[in-house]
Amino acid sequence: MKAFLALIERDLRLALRQGSAIGTALGFYLIAVSIIPLGLGPDLALLSRIAPGILWISFLLSAVLSVDALFQEDRDDGSLDALAIGPLPSELIAVSKSLSHWLTTCVPLIIITPLAGLLLNIELNAVPKLLASLAAGTVGISFIAGAGAALTLGLRRGALLLPLLILPLFAPFLIFGVGAMAEAPGAFVQSILFLSALSLFSIAAMPFAAALALRLSLE
Amino acid sequence: MINIEPLARSGTSSPRATAVVAIAVEGLACQRGGHVVVQPLSFEVRSGNALILRGPNGAGKTTLLRTMAGFLPPAAGRVRVSGPTGDTSAEGYLHYIGHVNGIKPRLSVIENVSFWQRYYGGGSDTEAAEAALDAFDLLDLADYWAAHLSQGQARRLGLARLLAAPRPIWLLDEPSVSLDAASTRRLEAAIAQHLSSGGLAIVSTHLDLSLGDAAILELSRAPVLQ
Repeated sequence: MKAFLALIERDLRLALRQGSAIGTALGFYLIAVSIIPLGLGPDLALLSRIAPGILWISFLLSAVLSVDALFQEDRDDGSLDALAIGPLPSELIAVSKSLSHWLTTCVPLIIITPLAGLLLNIELNAVPKLLASLAAGTVGISFIAGAGAALTLGLRRGALLLPLLILPLFAPFLIFGVGAMAEAPGAFVQSILFLSALSLFSIAAMPFAAALALRLSLE
Repeated sequence: MINIEPLARSGTSSPRATAVVAIAVEGLACQRGGHVVVQPLSFEVRSGNALILRGPNGAGKTTLLRTMAGFLPPAAGRVRVSGPTGDTSAEGYLHYIGHVNGIKPRLSVIENVSFWQRYYGGGSDTEAAEAALDAFDLLDLADYWAAHLSQGQARRLGLARLLAAPRPIWLLDEPSVSLDAASTRRLEAAIAQHLSSGGLAIVSTHLDLSLGDAAILELSRAPVLQ
């Protein structure tokens, strides 16, 4: 557990010091959200109707932007060897990396989502629902992203392959994430439950896939 | 997978220092990408002893060390780590230093060492971390960012985790590369100290590293088997 916390703390500290990964994700998110209305024309009603979908899609794209660096840096500088020989099983290394991704990428994105929503004329009473759906769904996103990053580790141009690999897996999250905004009675609760289920499944399953890929990448 | 078997509990010695540990390979053949690089080998290194691996480029020194560390599956045979405590988590005995140093440029020198210290389960012990830096003459640079270190200093910082987080078995792949003469002496002293406190080391090197009466294993390039 000490080792687990030490690894998370180191990754958070590095993310804060480097800042580039967080900055890129936030910048990409805000830019994506602000140029989409330019392509849609001046229809405010349309904009606020599709705002949740735009926010979710932009969020997912921003969140995968820096995922390839998740294990790559540790592999390149030899840390991954030293981590692998340490007390943590590969599964827990993967869990810690995925959690770090959630904390350093998804949480900042969630925090600026209300601001991004303003740019899209989102209805104010939809904001809490949107934040709840993001909070429930994005944990799973980070765990899938972690497994994807481990799988493409060491591949040439793995960074390009990675979105192809993981974006399709985000489809159910997107469907239920946007579904949480629907007007139908009970839609919100059901969608949140589905999102939570998807996240829990990812948390349970993805570290094993990631650990297998990590062990292969050491060869 | 490598079979790592602990010996049965013998005596009541403390887990480190006086404990007898050994790493043995039994008919171990190493492969890389499906090609056998190292022909079957058997040897055992017990605590207090060092083994030096020599051989031309491509002879399989790194492959042998990585196989012993458990990173590569062996083509045949097995690696056996025996400790005195009957501890099944025998992986906890190993340190592996490869060609790259495993240091983070955006952490300070002391932060790098204390991360490995805490990760390997030693808790945060500033004194031990500083002693490890001092052993490699890095204490003056403790608050510098690791990004600003020279090649040789970075190498020494990579080696410092051997001392900051004590573990009995050291697998060192070309540890003296890019070290100057004085630093090489410091590395030799660190290894000698490790051996005398009951550790063991397997070191691959091209350069002259005087480790007392360490055994030498000459690896030659394996004939290509089709």
